[in-house]
Amino acid sequence: MNHALILPILLPLLTGAGQLLCYRAPFAVQRLLGFASTGWLVLLGIWALATAGSGDYLLYQAGNWPAPFGIVLVLDRLAAIMLALTAVLGLCCLVYASGGTDQRGAHFHALFQFQLAGLNGAFLTGDLFNLFVFFEILLIASYALLLHGGGRARSRAGLHYVIINLAGSALFLIALGTLYGLTGTLNMADLALRVAEAPAEDGPLLAAASLILLVVFGIKAAILPLLFWLPRAYSAASAPVAALFAIMTKVGIYAILRVFLLVFALGEAPINATAWAWLWPLALLTLALGGVGVLGSDSLRTLTAYLVILSVGTLLATISLVTPAALGAALFYLIHSTGMAAVFFLLADLLGQQRAEGYDRFSATGPIGHRRVLGTLFFIAGIAMAGLPPFGGFVSKAWILQASASEPRGLWLWGVLLASALLVIIAISRTGSSWFWRPGEMASPYPLRRGLLTLVCGMVGLNALLAAFGHPVMGYLELTAEQLLTPRGYITAVLPEALASATEITP
Amino acid sequence: MELLYAITLGVLTTCGVYLLLRARTFTVILGLTLLSHAVNLYLFASGRLVAGAPAIIGLAERSADPLPQALVLTAIVIGFAMTAFVVVLALKAAVELRNDHVDGENPDEDRA
Repeated sequence: MNHALILPILLPLLTGAGQLLCYRAPFAVQRLLGFASTGWLVLLGIWALATAGSGDYLLYQAGNWPAPFGIVLVLDRLAAIMLALTAVLGLCCLVYASGGTDQRGAHFHALFQFQLAGLNGAFLTGDLFNLFVFFEILLIASYALLLHGGGRARSRAGLHYVIINLAGSALFLIALGTLYGLTGTLNMADLALRVAEAPAEDGPLLAAASLILLVVFGIKAAILPLLFWLPRAYSAASAPVAALFAIMTKVGIYAILRVFLLVFALGEAPINATAWAWLWPLALLTLALGGVGVLGSDSLRTLTAYLVILSVGTLLATISLVTPAALGAALFYLIHSTGMAAVFFLLADLLGQQRAEGYDRFSATGPIGHRRVLGTLFFIAGIAMAGLPPFGGFVSKAWILQASASEPRGLWLWGVLLASALLVIIAISRTGSSWFWRPGEMASPYPLRRGLLTLVCGMVGLNALLAAFGHPVMGYLELTAEQLLTPRGYITAVLPEALASATEITP
Repeated sequence: MELLYAITLGVLTTCGVYLLLRARTFTVILGLTLLSHAVNLYLFASGRLVAGAPAIIGLAERSADPLPQALVLTAIVIGFAMTAFVVVLALKAAVELRNDHVDGENPDEDRA
C-alpha cells in the first residue's frame, strides 16, 4: 500500500500541531514550517495529478481494513485536481499573509495548516461520515481564521457564519443517520450499491436524505436561499484568508459532484434526478443574483464576494446539465474562478493600502497612490475576471456556452450567463475608472509592497497560462468528467469483490 | 420505547429550532445545543433500538449495532467543541458590539 496518499492530510496536521507547540519560537520558524509544509503539498498535488492521470483509482485503506469496514481514502482525477488547486492557492495565500497579516493575531500559521488538512481530507475521503469530520475540521479552522485580526465587523460576520454552519452540521448528521438507518453503511461506494438495490418503499426517505445533503452542501457552496452569510463573512476576513476562502465554496461543489454523481447515481430511477431538478433553477437564480450584487456592492471586497456567488451559480448551472462536456467545462471554470476570486481579494487589499481613507470603499473618492502600476494590474485582472480573451476565463466560458448549446434549456444559461458577464464588466470598469482615471497624483504615496505586487501579478499570469495550455488541461478535464460519469469504476476500485454480485444493476 | 424516543426527539428538535430562530445569541446557542442533542439521539437510533444487548457479536443472542455508538461519540465531541467555541465567540461579540443581538445591532437602540 502506498502511504503517500495520506500525506496531504497528515503533513499539514502535524505541521500545525508543531507550530502550536513551538509558538514561543521566533516567528520566522513558524513561517518557515508553514512554507515547507505548503510547498510539499504543492509537490504532492503534482504527484497526485500525474498518478490519477493514468485513469486508475489510488486507494488507501486506513489500518489495512478492507473497504466497507475500514475508512478509505480514494484518489481519482477530480480529487487530484482539487488537491493541486488547494495547494497552489494555499501557497499564494501564505506568501501574501507573510507580508504582515499573519502577525496581527495569534496562531495564524497553525490555523492555516489545519484548514489545509481539512480541505485535503474532504477531497480524499471515500466515506460520508469522514467527509463530515473533515468538514468540521476545515470549518473550525475557518471560524478562527475569519476572526483573525479581531475587530467589530469580523465578530459580527463570524457569529452569522458560525451559527449557520453549526445548523448545517446538524442537518448533515440527520442525513447521515437516515442513510445509515436505511442502508447500514456510510462508505460511498457501498452506499451507491445499496441505494441502487433499495426497495421502492425506501425511495422517498432516501430522496429526503439526498435533499438534506443538498441543503448542507448548498450552505457551504452558497446556493441562492442559503448564501446571505457569504458577502459579509468574506468581506470582513483579512485579505489572504478571504483569498483562501475562495476554495471553500468549491468544497461544497466538490461534495455535490461526489455525492450526487456516485452515491445517488445508480439504480433504475436514480435519486439524483430530484436534486438536479432543484439545482438548475436555483443555480440560475444564484447566477443572476451574483450579477446584480456585483453591480450593487459598496466596496471592492463585497464586489469580489458577489463574484464568488456568481461563479458558484455558473458552476452549478453547468453541472446540473450532467453531460461530459458540461462537467469538463465546469471544472475548467472552477479552476479559473477560484484563482481569480483570490486575486481580487488580494488586489482589494493592495489597492486599499494605497488610499488615504476609505480603504476599498467606493464612496471614498480620494486619489490613489502608484495609480499607473496598480491601474494596469487592475485592468488586466479585470479582463481576466470578466472572462475576456486571452485569459482562462474566456476559454472556460466559451466551453460552457458550447457545451450548453446542444441542450434545449441551455438557452437560459446563455442568457443569464452573458447578462451577468455584462454586469460584471460594467461594475469592474466603473470601479477602475473612478479610482484610476482621474487627474491629480497623490502628494506622498504610501510605499508599494513590491513582493506582494509580484505575487498578485504571478497569480494573474497563472490564469493566462491556464489559457495558453488550454488544450492539455481540457483533455485532462474531459477525462475527469468521463470518470465522474462512470461511478462503476469507482465502486470497482473500492469494492473489488462486490462487482460480481452487482453486475445486474444498470447505471 | 420507540414512541417515547420519537416524542423526545420531536420535542427536542422543536424547542431547538424555535430557540435557534430567536434574536439573542444566548437563546440561539441554547437552541443549537438542544438541536445537537436531538441529532445525537437520532444518529444513535439509526442502528435500531435494542435493550439489554451488548455491542459485541457472540456474547448474547442479539447484539446492538456498535457503529452508530462510535458515530455518536464523534458527533458529541465535535458538537461539544463547537458549542464551547460559539459561547466564547458570542461573549466576544457581546463585548465588542455592546449588545447580544445576533445581527450585532439592537433595533430598539438604533431607532432612538
